[in-house]
This record gives sequence, structure tokens and C-alpha cells, in this order.
Amino acid sequence: MAAKICPRCGFYNSPLRKDCSLCSTPLDGEAGSGVPFKMSFYDVRSSNNRSSVILVFFLLIVLGVLGYFAGEYFGVGYFGVGLALLFAVISSLGAYYGGKQIVLSISGARRVTAENEPQLVNIVEEMCIASGNPVPEIYVIETDALNAFATGRDPKHAAVAVTRGLMTNLNREELTGVVAHEMSHVSHLDIKFAMLVGVLVGTIVMISDIVTRWMFFSRRRDKQKGGGGIIILALVLILAIIAPILAKLIQMAVSRKRELMADARAAEYTRNPEALASALEKIGASSVKLQTATRATQHMYINNPFKDFSKKSSSLFSTHPPIEARIKILRSM
Amino acid sequence: MVAIIIIVALIFFIALWLISTYNSLVKHRNYVRNAWSQIDVQLKRRYDLIPNLVETVKDYMSYEKDTLEAVIKARNFAMNAQGVKQQAEAENALSGTLKSLFAVMENYPQLKANENVMKLQEELTSTENRISYSRQFYNDSVMQYNTMIETFPTNIIAGMFNFRIMDFFAIPEAERQNVKVDLR
Repeated sequence: MAAKICPRCGFYNSPLRKDCSLCSTPLDGEAGSGVPFKMSFYDVRSSNNRSSVILVFFLLIVLGVLGYFAGEYFGVGYFGVGLALLFAVISSLGAYYGGKQIVLSISGARRVTAENEPQLVNIVEEMCIASGNPVPEIYVIETDALNAFATGRDPKHAAVAVTRGLMTNLNREELTGVVAHEMSHVSHLDIKFAMLVGVLVGTIVMISDIVTRWMFFSRRRDKQKGGGGIIILALVLILAIIAPILAKLIQMAVSRKRELMADARAAEYTRNPEALASALEKIGASSVKLQTATRATQHMYINNPFKDFSKKSSSLFSTHPPIEARIKILRSM
Repeated sequence: MVAIIIIVALIFFIALWLISTYNSLVKHRNYVRNAWSQIDVQLKRRYDLIPNLVETVKDYMSYEKDTLEAVIKARNFAMNAQGVKQQAEAENALSGTLKSLFAVMENYPQLKANENVMKLQEELTSTENRISYSRQFYNDSVMQYNTMIETFPTNIIAGMFNFRIMDFFAIPEAERQNVKVDLR
């Protein structure tokens, strides 16, 4: 059986599906009818809150298990679990309250005010009026790449960052569309979950890295220790299993549907889907790479900063829907 | 005995429903009022900006006295408007005169070279957008509130406590498009 191509967004679907996995348009029968996005504003928010809690619990479990094995190995028993859980709580709190600053400094964003960037500040303030949100902190990343992201733990503690390339290459309406998309992530609370994922997953990966290296060297030093071999093996196995799960988690963090929902909400705020569509066109056409994007922060951007990666790998594992599909959906509004 | 318990429970739940509905009506009415005050803030911002702009471009545009006077007149009229309907009409008229002023300004290249004018124009463009976004937000809030008042069974409570339908900030179809200034 051939794959079903969505009549609305052009996405290739499994032949077994009745509606498009990207935009929920029915695949059989007449095109373009039906509600494209089933989740309401409040559903999105509570789903994000739920996911954030699950994520923190996941971190507690992973670090607890790691701590248990480390404790067994070093012969300190449950002290390892206690230490790991303490660390998990501290890093969760750190990610929740300090995640914004971490993400912003990783991406090399600089805060701007109405004095030095009047137009950008005006546009953000306009979108705050349209979305009914308080004005977030506004940042600029000095690069020619075209991208933008929002972060923070709630609308009152949010930050929006855009690249210099975006400001010079887009006109006022297009820039408004992009900012509207980011403000939708703020109102949907996508920012909270995305930030927790980025910081916590980064932390876990870092710890497993340190632990595996430490084990590797310490095993060399005291080979005479008996019984440790099986535990080391188990630990290495666990880490090997966890790593891809974490990678997948990042990718699912801001699912492709959430990007589409933010696009739809942006169109609702600006009443101008065409501006965002043409902005996405320009962003997709740009070949400049955003140097400061990392695997841990890639899912926060309006467009995947690792373009080569998403083109080669199947769209199933991409953090973002194909930009052509997003443009098509926006133009069909 | 059972009957009494059922009646008491029924009264309790009705009272609970009454209180929560009343409170949510009040909440939504406050949303609408807040949205209206937001429009007011933006309108005031525009009143303050217009004299500045007119003052700055006056010397360059001595041949366009009529356009400038129309803007000033529309501004003064809008400042004294009363009530949602009259205010909406006056503001729409003012937006129209500003639009024609911006259009005329396109014919004066030396204006684009003036940094002060550019700054004022960005501020005014932004203010125009803010006004339309804030009235969009106001209209959305009014729609939610009016729907609550008109639907059953909330309409019973709304009638009892005198919650009234609010006016939309109406925009004629032709005016729906924002003033677009693109000086790139």
C-alpha cells in the first residue's frame, strides 16, 4: 500500500491512518474540512504541567537507580541513593528557577531594551497585548542565522530571544509573526517543559558521562576488587539504555504538534497567517548555521537549527515538522 | 429523613452552582473592563504621539496642510468622544486620516532620511497595531462574556443580578486592515 499524502499539509502518512498524523486533517473523503487542532488552550497548558511533573519524577528515578549502583560499587550502600536524590532535587529546583538564565547564556543571547532596539521591543509588546501576557525579557543573539526561541518557567518569568539575522532579513509583519509564535509557546506553557527537558536532560547526560569515565579509570586502578565486574556491567548497560531514551525525550519534548499549535495560535493573535508563512519561508531558505544551538536546546527554536540532520533522518525523529508543511497549513487558514 | 437529606443536598448544590456562576460572571465582566482600559491606554499613547509627529513633519510638508489639519481635528474629536460606539467611530476616523498622512509621507524622500521622523513613525505604527490588538482582545473578551450571559442556564443568574450585554468595539470591514508602513 502506498503512503497517504495529507491533502492539507502534504505530509506522508502511514496507509493505516484515518487522519493526518501532523495536522489531524481527515485523509479520506473531502479535504480541508474538520478541526485541525483538537486541543484547547487549557488542555495544552495542563498537558504541559503534567509532562513537567512526570519529567521530574523520571529524573528522580533515573538518578536514584544510578545512585544505588554507584553506592553498591563504592561500598557505601544507601548513602549513594540519598546523595543522588538530593542532587536530583537540587538540580530540579535549579532547572526550574535558573533554567532561563542557563539556556540564555548557552545560546549567547544579550538583553535589549526599548532604547537600543525600539522596533523589536514594540513588536513584542504588541504581541503581549494580543495574547494577554505580561511583557517578557527580550534578548538578541548576534548571528546571521535566522532563528528564535522563548524560555522561562511561566508567562511572568519568560524570555524571548531572536537572532540579529532574523531582524535584518524579515520585514515588520514577518517579525511580528515569529514573535507571535514565540508568545504562543509562552501562553501554552511549552516554554516550561522545554526548559526543564533541556536543562535536566543535559544534567543527566553530563553525570552519566562523568560516572562512566570515573568507573573506567578506577577499574584500571584497582583490578583486585572482586564482584564489582557485574555491577559495572549493569551500570554501563543502564547508561547505554538511558542515553537513547533521553535523546528521544528531547525530541518529543516540544512535539511537532506543539509547533503547529503555536503556528495556529500565532495566526489567531496576528490575524495574519501569511506573514508567518513568508517568515518561515525565509527561515527555511537561509543556510547560515546557528553556532550556539546545542542538542539540548535545539527543540526550543522556531526552526530546527540542525537542518542537515533533520533532512537526512526520517521526519519521525525530528523535533520540528517539515517547514514546507507548516507553510502549507498556514496558507490554508 | 431521607427526603430531608435529599432536599438539603439539593439546596446546597444549587447554592454552590449559584455562587460559582455569579463569581465567574463577575470575573468575566472584569476581564472586559480591563480589556477596555487597555484600549484606553493605547489611545492615550496615540493622542500624545500625534502632535509630535505633526510638529516634526510640518516643515517638510507645507503643501499638505489639509492632511495635517484633518489628523489634528480627528485627534481632538476622538479625545472628546463618549461611550463605546462613538469612541469606536472617532478612532476609526482618526486611523483613516493617519493612514492618508502616512501615504502622503511616502512622497517626501527627505522625511525618510530624518531619524526623528523615522522613530516617530515606528512608534505610531506600533501604536496603531497596539490599538487593533487591544480591541481584538477586548472583542474576544466581550464575546466570551456575552455568550455566558445569553446561554442557558447562566442567563437566569445574569438576569437576576443585572449583568448586561456589552458592546463590541466595531470596526468597519474597510478599516480592518492595519495601517501598514514599510519604509525598507
